[in-house]
Amino acid sequence: MRQGLYNVISNESVARGVYRLRLEGSTRALARAGQFADIRIDGVYLRRPFSVADWDDEGFVILYKVVGEGTRALAGARPGHSLDVILGLGNGFDETISRAPLLIGGGVGAPPLYALAKRFIGIGIKPVALLGFASRCDIILADELRALDCRVMVTLESEGERVTDRLDEASADRDRFYACGPEGMLRAVKRQCGLPGQLSLETRMACGVGLCRGCTCMTLTGGKRVCVEGPVFDKEALAW
Amino acid sequence: MVSAVDLSASVGAVRLKNPVMPASGTFGFGADAARLYDITRLGGAVMKGVTKEPRFGNDQPRVTDCPAGMLNAVGLENPGIDSVMKQELPALARMYKGPIIANVCGFTVDEYAELAARFDESQDVAALEINISCPNVSHGGMAFGTDSVAAAAVTRAVRRASGKPIWVKLSPNVTDITRIARACEDEGADALCLINTLLGMRVDLRTRRPALANTFGGLSGPCALPVALRMVWQVYEAVRIPIVGMGGVSSARDAVEMTLAGASAVEIGTAALVDPSALIRVIDELPRVITEMGYARYADLVGKAHQGKG
Repeated sequence: MRQGLYNVISNESVARGVYRLRLEGSTRALARAGQFADIRIDGVYLRRPFSVADWDDEGFVILYKVVGEGTRALAGARPGHSLDVILGLGNGFDETISRAPLLIGGGVGAPPLYALAKRFIGIGIKPVALLGFASRCDIILADELRALDCRVMVTLESEGERVTDRLDEASADRDRFYACGPEGMLRAVKRQCGLPGQLSLETRMACGVGLCRGCTCMTLTGGKRVCVEGPVFDKEALAW
Repeated sequence: MVSAVDLSASVGAVRLKNPVMPASGTFGFGADAARLYDITRLGGAVMKGVTKEPRFGNDQPRVTDCPAGMLNAVGLENPGIDSVMKQELPALARMYKGPIIANVCGFTVDEYAELAARFDESQDVAALEINISCPNVSHGGMAFGTDSVAAAAVTRAVRRASGKPIWVKLSPNVTDITRIARACEDEGADALCLINTLLGMRVDLRTRRPALANTFGGLSGPCALPVALRMVWQVYEAVRIPIVGMGGVSSARDAVEMTLAGASAVEIGTAALVDPSALIRVIDELPRVITEMGYARYADLVGKAHQGKG
């Protein structure tokens, strides 16, 4: 983990209410896809956690949806501003345990799966991505994943379809799933998908670094902090 | 000569190399904090509240914030006294050689006494911080800290059960904190810690429901500082035993302000949740602030704001 000031390079709308923020600074603290950045934002007291969508040696990218005071304020960040970030938090996904991964994303839960797809591509494995959104104007990362040469399936609630409706088809030749999205979707995927899998959970966090126990979730081996022991948990470990 | 400042502090018989301690619940049992900063720098180490049985705590969401602070309803998540005595406390004592303060939370008077007796067995514990002020559990906790008779009963029972210094942590959610403070002093408390969090809530506009699953939570952070200062001031005037001041302290200047109001040492909590290095920063900045005020000893500032008034 690393705390420091990161420069805003760009912060642009990429879908309805969704912004793509690129920050410049050291990314040495990032070891795995699925880890998160905890960002201090003027106007709200607590840092806000965001999964890292992509990174290189010069900086990293997050995608976020404006849903409250914190994200509304973040949308106002402009190139030239700098943000206080704690980077490289949480455990992240394990890409070494699958040869045929299925990535399942819901809404703005999709971003860490892009970073994960790049990790897989980097070791010569082509993932399949199943992404669900509310409607066409909410779609993010589908084109970017296709550009990585992933097979991408998109479901739209506005057309009466959810990711769970295409789980069987998407998981046919797959050996493991990796999911991130709203809790309702994650619960449904865990229940319906026969594959082993890893799920990235989202909770409200105060510190993001393991001090406060604000983000604890129940697992079969007791309460675990989403910020340190998570946010990624094995399907089998969750007490859902 | 900033380096010449003497930062040592004492809370009764407990000597601290500097007045800065983590507030219970923002330090875990030391290992969590040690990943983030050098805990050997701390004046004292206050462990997370310990109950008789292990507790998972409250449902999610447990935290939310406001412009100058946060609300929590963690609900005393902890591994329970058996685990703490066997694992967490010895592990902390290996990492940290200064005074370790055990925060104790019961659901009955007998439970407080039982927990105090267990910690009494450990050479590693320098003092007990008796938490009669947790706002986030449905029984016990704050119920003892908002009634002077119950606060006295807990203090008396703990006093009988333990020979360790007893610091009673008070709730601000009362009409007159000096009544509770005097009741604890009368029953043999060695020090008073204040304030615990202020009961509050927020409502989520999207769900049109309370933002916290527990509905209410404890408000802390910079917004609590003026309330904490007022109560430390009042209690300083009402009792003779020392006070550990807490509530919104985020900088060395805040720590000095708390000291001038009557605190012999301070605990810092919420500030470390936003900036993990907050306690170290305060320790580093204190000598300069004290020097600029024309003092050479931290301890000389305790209660100074009370002098010379009519």
